[in-house]
Amino acid sequence: MTDFGFVRADMVPSKPAPINTSGVGAWFRKNLFATPLDGVLTILGLVFLVWIVPPLYNFFIGHAVGPGGTVEECRLENAGACWAYISSEMEFFIYGFYDIPEQWRPNIVFALGALLLIPLLIPKVPFKRTNAVLFLLVFPVVSYFLLAGGVFGLKPIPTEKWGGLLVTLIISVVGISCSFPLGIILALGRQSKMPVIKTLCIAFIELIRAVPLITILFMASIMLPLFMPQGTTVDKLLRALVGVTLFTSAYMAEVVRGGLQAIPRGQYEAGASLGLGYWQRMYFIILPQALKHVIPGIVNNFISLFKDTSLVYIVGMKDLLEAVKTKNDTALEWQSANTATTGYLFAAMVFWVFCFGMSRYSMYMERRLNTGYKR
Amino acid sequence: MTTLDTGPAAAPRVAFYNDPVIRGIIYQVVVAVLLVTFIAWIVGNTATNLAAQNKTTGFDFLWKTAGFDISFSLLPWSRGSYYWEAFLVGITNTLLVAFIGIILATMLGFTIGIARLSSNFIVARLATIYIETIRNIPLLLQLFFWYFAVLKAMPAVRESLALPLDIFINQRGLMVPRPTPDQEFTWVLVTFGLALAGAIALGIWATRVRTLTGKYPREVVLAGKVADACVTFLVAFTALFILFSVAFPLSHAPLVAAVVAVVLAAFSLTRFAAISRGVLTFLIAFVLLDTIVGAMFAWVPSLLVSVLSAMIALTIARVGYVGALSRPPSEARFPLALLVLIALGVPGLVYWLTGATLVFEVPVLQRFNFVGGLQLPPEFVALAFGLTIYTAAFIAETVRGGIQAVSRGQTEAAQSLGLKDGDRLRLVVVPQAMRVIIPPLTSQYLNLTKNSSLGAAIGYPELVNVFAGTSLNQTGRAIECIAMVMLVYLTLSLLTSAIMNWYNARVSLVER
Repeated sequence: MTDFGFVRADMVPSKPAPINTSGVGAWFRKNLFATPLDGVLTILGLVFLVWIVPPLYNFFIGHAVGPGGTVEECRLENAGACWAYISSEMEFFIYGFYDIPEQWRPNIVFALGALLLIPLLIPKVPFKRTNAVLFLLVFPVVSYFLLAGGVFGLKPIPTEKWGGLLVTLIISVVGISCSFPLGIILALGRQSKMPVIKTLCIAFIELIRAVPLITILFMASIMLPLFMPQGTTVDKLLRALVGVTLFTSAYMAEVVRGGLQAIPRGQYEAGASLGLGYWQRMYFIILPQALKHVIPGIVNNFISLFKDTSLVYIVGMKDLLEAVKTKNDTALEWQSANTATTGYLFAAMVFWVFCFGMSRYSMYMERRLNTGYKR
Repeated sequence: MTTLDTGPAAAPRVAFYNDPVIRGIIYQVVVAVLLVTFIAWIVGNTATNLAAQNKTTGFDFLWKTAGFDISFSLLPWSRGSYYWEAFLVGITNTLLVAFIGIILATMLGFTIGIARLSSNFIVARLATIYIETIRNIPLLLQLFFWYFAVLKAMPAVRESLALPLDIFINQRGLMVPRPTPDQEFTWVLVTFGLALAGAIALGIWATRVRTLTGKYPREVVLAGKVADACVTFLVAFTALFILFSVAFPLSHAPLVAAVVAVVLAAFSLTRFAAISRGVLTFLIAFVLLDTIVGAMFAWVPSLLVSVLSAMIALTIARVGYVGALSRPPSEARFPLALLVLIALGVPGLVYWLTGATLVFEVPVLQRFNFVGGLQLPPEFVALAFGLTIYTAAFIAETVRGGIQAVSRGQTEAAQSLGLKDGDRLRLVVVPQAMRVIIPPLTSQYLNLTKNSSLGAAIGYPELVNVFAGTSLNQTGRAIECIAMVMLVYLTLSLLTSAIMNWYNARVSLVER
C-alpha cells in the first residue's frame, strides 16, 4: 500500500537569510515601521513633534527671560517664560510672609529634614530605627518650636505668617506621618472580629471616602471651632492638618486592608501557635508582609496627599499654590502677558518634581523588596 | 494496650479578664462609651457655641429667598428663588460637568491607554509623557492654569478666535451654536429611536442566524451590499465635495463629485472593491491632513503642505488597500453599513418628508458681546477641560493595567486559533480586560465627580460653591449646609458602589 497523499520529490528552496535583527536599522524597523500602519503613526507623531517642540522650546528656553532679566524684557512682543519674575519672588514662594530676618529658622528645618530623611531613604545606611524615631518624633517637635518661636528667646511667629512651599511641606509631612499609623489602625479595626469596632471603622472609612476633600476641609475649618469648648481657638493650620490627615487615613486604611487580605490565614495561625499576642503577631508577622505588598498603593496615597495639600487654598491657607496665585494677581511690577503662566508652570514643576520623585522611589523600593514573589 | 482516660478536659483556669470573649466585650463597651461621651461633648459644645452666637438651627432656611445670583444654571434661577432651588442648581451643575467630563475623559483615556501599549516607539513615548506629566501635578493647579493663564489670556470679545462650525472662543468663554428644533423635529427623534432599536434587533437576529446556520440571512447580505455601495457613495461624495470646495475650487464641483462617487460606489460592488476602498481612504486622509496640517503649520506654503499630506495620505491609503484585500467577502461580514444606514437614513427620510427643521442658532458678534447661540462660561469650560485632561491620565493607566492583566497565553491561544488581530482583540482580549478595567474605571468616574467640587475655586457654581459657599455664608447654617452637601456625595458614592457590586457579581469568573 503506497497510497500517500503527498510525497515531496524535490528540495524545498532555501529561505532568504533573515534581515538584521540588531543594530540601528533593525531598531527602526521594529519600533517605528513594523507595519504600514505603524509607519503612518510614526509619520503623524513626527509631524506632531515638529509642530509642538519648537514653540515649547522657544517658550521655556529660547525666548524666555532668565533670572536677573527685567520686566521690560518680559513685556516684549514675543517673549517666552518670565523666569526673572520667579527668581525675584522666590523668597515669597518658599516662606510666605515669614519674617525675613528669621528665615534662617525654616532653612534649618529644611536642612534638618533633608539630613534625617535622606539616610532614611537609602537602604544601605545603618541605624534605621534611631533615624526613624528622630525623624518622626523628635524632628516635628524641634521644627515646631523652631518655626513658631516663643521659647529660648526666639521671636514668636504666628502660623498665619507661614506660607509658600514651607506650608505645603509641613502639611504633607505631617499628613503622611500621621495618616499612615492611623490608616493601619483603621484597617486592623475593619478586620476586627468585634462588631462595634468593625462597624465604627467601616462607617468612618466609607463616609470619608465618599465625600470630596473640600467638604472635609470646609468642615474642619468651619465646624471644628464649633465643636470645641467655648473660648478655645483652633489654629487654622491645625484645622487643615486635621482635615487632610483624617481624609488620607481613610484611603490609607483601604490600601492596608488590601495587603492584610493578601496574607494567607496560615500566617495568622502560625503566629498564634507561637504564642504571640494580637499586637505582637501584627507587628512581627502580619504587617511587615502586608505593607510590603501594598507599597505602590501607599506611595500613591502619599502622592495624592501631596497634590491635595493644594486644596487648603480654598479654605484660606497660604500654601505654595496660594503664594503663586497671590503674586500673579498682585505683583503689578511684574505684570506681563506671560507672568501668570510662568508662575503656574513654576508651581507645577515643583509639585511634579516631588510627586515624580516619590513614584520613582516607590518603584525602586518595590523592586528591592520583591523577595520571593518573583515569577 | 491501655488507654489513658483523662476524662473531659477541665476548663482552662484563667482569670475572667483574660478570657478573650469577655475582653472583647469590655473593649467594645469602653469604645462605645468613649464614643458616646465624645459625641455628647461635641454636641454640648456646639449647642453652647451656637447659643452664644445667637444662631438658630434647622432646615427652615431652605424655604427662604436666596437673593444671590448664580452665573450658570440649567434650571430657571432668579434672585427671588429659594435656597432649596439653589441646592438643586448646585446638584445639576455638578452632574452636568461630571457627565461631560466623564464622556470626554473616557474617550481620551482609552485612546492614550492603548497608545501607551503601542509597539510604536513615538506613540508609546508621547502617551507616557502625557500620563507622567498630568498625574503628578495637582488638579487645582491645572484648573488655575487653564482658567487664569489660558482662558483669561484669550482675546477679548471683539477679537474672538473663530473655530470651525461657528464656534467662538474668547475671555467670556465658549460660544457654540444652539440647536433649535421645531415641533415636527420630535417625530425625527422618535423615528431615530425606533430605527436604532430596529437596527440593533436586526443585527442581533442576523448574528443569531449566522451562529445557527453559519451564514447571514440572504436578504440581509443583499441589502448589506446595497448599503455598502450607498455608504461608499455618500462618504466619497462628501469627501470630494469638501476637497473641491476647500482645496481645489472647481466649477461643477457637485456634479464631478457625484460622478466620481458613483464610480467608486459601483467599484465597491465588484471584485475591485479594495481599490475603491483605497481611493476612499486616500480622499478622507488627504482632506483631513491637508486642513489639520495646514492649520498647524500656517507658515509653511500651502502647496508644500498639500504635497506632504498627499504623500502621507498615500501611505495611509496603502494600509487601507492592503486591509481591504484581506477582508472577508460581504457574505461573511457583519452588515454594519446596513445597520448604520437604517439608524440614520430612516430618521433622515422622515426629516425630509415632514419638513421638520433643525436650525442652529449661530452666535453672532454684536457691538459688545455675542448674541444667540449657547454661551458656555469660562469657568465651565476650564473645569470640564481640566477634569477631562486630569482624569484621562488615570483612566489611561487603568486601561493599560487591564489589558496587561490579560495573560499572554490568551493572546497566543487566540493566534493559534487563527484569529486575526482585530478579532483577537475584540473577541478574546477586550472582554477579559473589561472585567479588570471596569471597577477601577467607575472609581475614577466617582473621583471625577468628587473633583468637580474644585470648581468652587474658579467660581463655577457647583454644589460646594453654591451651597457650602454662598448659601452657608448667607444663612450661617454651617452644620445643615455641609451635611446636605456631604449627603449628596455620599448618595452618589453608595449608588455607584451598589451598581459596581452587582456588576462584579455578574462578571466574576465562576470557578470550580
